[in-house]
Amino acid sequence: MPMTITEKLLADHAGLREVFPGQLVHATIDIALGNDITAPIAIKQFQKIGVKHVFDKDRVVLVPDHFAPNKDIQSAEQCRMLREFSREQHLTHYFEVGNAGIEHALLPEKGIVLPGDLVIGADSHTCTYGALGAFATGVGSTDLAAVMATGKLWFKVPESIKLIYTGRRRPWVGGKDLILYTIGKMGVDGARYQAMEFVGETIRRLPMDDRFTMANMAIEAGAKNGIFIPDPTTAAYVKRRATREFRFYRSDPKAIYREVMEFNLDQIEPQVALPHSPENVRGISEVGEISIDQAVIGSCTNGRISDLKQAASILKGKKAAPGVRLIIIPATPSIYREAMKKGYFDIFLNAGGVISPPTCGPCLGGYMGVLGKGERAVATTNRNFIGRMGHQESEVILSNPSVAAASAVLGRLAGPEELGIEQE
Amino acid sequence: MSRSRENDTPMVFKGTVWKFGHNIDTDVIIPARYLNDSDPVSLAEHCMENANSGFSLKMKPGDLIAAGSNFGCGSSREHAPIALKAKGVSCIIAETFARIFYRNAFNTGLPILESRDAVMGIKEGDTIQVELETGRILNLDTGRSFQAAPVPEFMRQILKDGGLIPHIIRRGSG
Ligand code: SF4
Repeated sequence: MPMTITEKLLADHAGLREVFPGQLVHATIDIALGNDITAPIAIKQFQKIGVKHVFDKDRVVLVPDHFAPNKDIQSAEQCRMLREFSREQHLTHYFEVGNAGIEHALLPEKGIVLPGDLVIGADSHTCTYGALGAFATGVGSTDLAAVMATGKLWFKVPESIKLIYTGRRRPWVGGKDLILYTIGKMGVDGARYQAMEFVGETIRRLPMDDRFTMANMAIEAGAKNGIFIPDPTTAAYVKRRATREFRFYRSDPKAIYREVMEFNLDQIEPQVALPHSPENVRGISEVGEISIDQAVIGSCTNGRISDLKQAASILKGKKAAPGVRLIIIPATPSIYREAMKKGYFDIFLNAGGVISPPTCGPCLGGYMGVLGKGERAVATTNRNFIGRMGHQESEVILSNPSVAAASAVLGRLAGPEELGIEQE
Repeated sequence: MSRSRENDTPMVFKGTVWKFGHNIDTDVIIPARYLNDSDPVSLAEHCMENANSGFSLKMKPGDLIAAGSNFGCGSSREHAPIALKAKGVSCIIAETFARIFYRNAFNTGLPILESRDAVMGIKEGDTIQVELETGRILNLDTGRSFQAAPVPEFMRQILKDGGLIPHIIRRGSG
């Protein structure tokens, strides 16, 4: 039977020759991830199960990133639980502040997740690793506890939707714009319980960072996972990182899809999602006059080096408009260092920006830039739900880094073309 | 198999309904600013406070929720079903659930059922009765009954056992 990449991955991990959509399978997990929000519950649940050791100390990964460096006493207690559990269980991959970054940027960067892996994480954006050709999906804390104890978990094999991208990307159009455009067309439950498989000539030319951005937001269309077929770009990315074996899967030509959608990018401009839903998408030229109080450039969606490079190329020699707070959050310590070495920090500081240590921070309304009543931010994050970045009456607009930077300069939602800047 | 353990989820509910629309996300169910604490009681205090409805102030333990499609979309936070359960919500009926919330609800022992007809046929304030075993939903105010989508047997088992952890302890596998 011909299978999709998602079906092949699940079949192999369940020890089956083939699987079909709707089938329930019990699969072996390669990597299980938790953070300072979700792991505390998982640890308590794990302790209730009563097994002594996690199934594999090299495969359970804990990253304090949401409210770390600890934002308050309660967060400190949650992080302490992770630290103590990691020590007790001799976990190989526990990341202390200083080495920690936003989990979904950190794990690929460190070569912890690899092509062909089955990854679960108690975080909905675990789907990010699909960019590498892994099956990666978010679960809750109790699922994580079950995996920590047994190394296995049940899955329903999802149907797949094939998304084909063709045409040339216009300047300043990247992975974020492709995925926002897609979610705008499909809706926030357009791929509910399904696999989104991203293919096409545009995808083959798409850099790794942009692929991460796209896979990251598959959950915003309700998908179980987003996945790319590994290719030479993937190989170049993992080659210098992997310390164990990995495998490239691909879909069979005759694999069955529930739906096939095609997007031609020749005419697509930078996209934004207006409050309060990631499906509320418009082209940047259609938004009219929307003032902003804050611009946030960071998160697991767009806190990587190419995102900071984009922001820097817009902000070079410019200043954030009076009254606009510009917050830059490199997603991991190595991205932080690279941005510093490349001189981006000078650009950001000269623009009046503040550079945060790697953390989720304001993305989920934690700290480092929470919004007050009636305030509006443009952010390179992935969710603009009511109250996501702070007050119940605040607003978030999602965009790519160049739009966030240009908006900071102009004090209103705007694209880089208004500043007349050409992409390098 | 014994049905009398303290964790076991009861299988029939009767109560008053609170209605919500489509795409109720986890930031509405429990805003992230409260996630520096995982205590069910403190989470319950803030449950649904971003939804701008009388629910968070006026709901009574045992009440049910009926909602549109994609209930529980957004983050993987198990704090969402935990908060709803601690608040006293006995059961949620939605047209559809977001997938991680669906898993989390079973795993934490929060009963949920999918039925578009039931959601359409129930108004806020109606009293309904739900039988988990059969998926039958009865609107006691109108006398109409509805049939929910079937739940795989092993997930019903997880729910009956009171969630995934008691299930693993009792049966030895997830
Ligand atoms: S950056 Fe935002 S979306 Fe990403 S893991 Fe952190 S809180 Fe979640």
